[in-house]
Amino acid sequence: MLETKDILETINMIDNENLDVRTITMGISLLDCMDEDIDKASGKVYDKVCRYAQDLVKTGEDIEKQYGIPIINKRISVSPIGMIAAPCQSKNVVKFAKALDKAAHTLGVNFIGGYSALVHKGFSAGDYAVIDSIPEALAETERVCSSVNIGSTKAGLNMDAVKMMGKIVKRTAERTADRDCIGAAKLVVFCNAPEDNPFMAGAFHGAGEADCVINVGVSGPGVVRAALAKDGHGKSIDEIADMIKKTAFKITRMGQLVAKEASKRLCVPFGIVDLSLAPTPAVGDSVAYILEEMGLESCGCHGTTAALALLNDAVKKGGVMASSHVGGLSGAFIPVSEDAGMIAAAKRGTLDITKLECMTAVCSVGLDMIVVPGDISPEKISAIIADEAAIGMVNSKTTAVRLIPAINKKAGDELNFGGLLGKGPVMPIRDGEPDVFINRGGRLPAPLQSLKN
Amino acid sequence: MKAIITVVGKDNVGILAKVSTACADADVNIIEVTQSVLQDMFAMTMMVEIDKSLGIDSLRNKLEKVGEETCTKIHVMHEDIFNSMHKI
Repeated sequence: MLETKDILETINMIDNENLDVRTITMGISLLDCMDEDIDKASGKVYDKVCRYAQDLVKTGEDIEKQYGIPIINKRISVSPIGMIAAPCQSKNVVKFAKALDKAAHTLGVNFIGGYSALVHKGFSAGDYAVIDSIPEALAETERVCSSVNIGSTKAGLNMDAVKMMGKIVKRTAERTADRDCIGAAKLVVFCNAPEDNPFMAGAFHGAGEADCVINVGVSGPGVVRAALAKDGHGKSIDEIADMIKKTAFKITRMGQLVAKEASKRLCVPFGIVDLSLAPTPAVGDSVAYILEEMGLESCGCHGTTAALALLNDAVKKGGVMASSHVGGLSGAFIPVSEDAGMIAAAKRGTLDITKLECMTAVCSVGLDMIVVPGDISPEKISAIIADEAAIGMVNSKTTAVRLIPAINKKAGDELNFGGLLGKGPVMPIRDGEPDVFINRGGRLPAPLQSLKN
Repeated sequence: MKAIITVVGKDNVGILAKVSTACADADVNIIEVTQSVLQDMFAMTMMVEIDKSLGIDSLRNKLEKVGEETCTKIHVMHEDIFNSMHKI
């Protein structure tokens, strides 16, 4: 018989500490949907996505009922549309975004990711058209998410793409200014993008993946915080690390169970479990509160980077033994607008974009869901992307930028996206113009650590 | 399939009887029961065998009503959840 305390611990995690499976994401390859005729190609995309994922939502709900675990999102990622659009002569590649959005509505999934381009070394046919169309695609669709990989440790940074993405992020926000600039919240600029990430907005189905896979993202910042609050007083840092590892292990085991079950029921191979602490705006479900529980007066004060490094590492170590395949981003996310503690720290002024940039050197993603003043220049956005990508490139880790320029708003105002995307104060950015540096274009060479062979 | 029923709440007369009756009515076999009362708080865990034709969701709905009647919080969850989280 199981121990009563273990049973009650699990029940408490689900009931009071926001433990959930954040997403079951079905990755679908669209490589067989290519066609010179864009209408035919987008028709094939719609048909294939609907055919493969027809039972996804129902299966997720059935597993939820069977096991009594909340499964918050059922989502789809597809091959980067930049590849699929390669043979099309048409400039109107937004048709692909509309086909994906229509499929998402038909299937009842809340996000579909993969309106993406991988241009870390250069643009191939299709990439440029897809990137150029992102503002229109995200303004005219509801559920499509977009990402662009502009650099990697192996390839260096494509500074032409960096320059371009500054303009694209700004234009995307402008095109959706009437909806709190939400378009930009669905656009991620990556360095070292993982090909099996189940989390939005950066999910896409990499070219090396199988035809169809199931990836699962688990969450649980609230559970980790509660564990530290309950037993962490007076404990040393190594004891804190141990507690986080044990909690991460339990959370990940649950994710592994759900992933295996979903894979079996859908007859689709299991890909990975992404063991990320992904905060939500719900009170208590915050990564910032974990850092504060460790003994920081406010997230963002000195010591935050070290505390986050400990958290990120302990989550990985605890989770890695709990799953047969760990992948995706795996670690601690720090999206400002989605985390009640980060929002509070930003409003207090203890957390600014400079400190966040430091934190991204040790977290699992990057500058995420940060609202910046609407009059920011495209060059400054590009420079923020370049800084962040450089951290990822040099440290052989994924970094990402998801900035939301708040059109017609200034520092101190607020944008409210609603739902899981939350709300965020407009954060001030640094003075000084990087225009000449950004407008040089070209490629930033890969670092010495890329030469491992 | 095996499921774990947990009942937590303020102690009052007949909680165990009402939960067991609801299980019997649903043709659910109780395999093991652990129960304790600590400072007025009643906590019980039951391991039960559920017939596949009944389904765990159906038993959950029935027992949630018993929870309302007895002012307790009742959960019904698949045994595998606890095994995966707490056993290596």
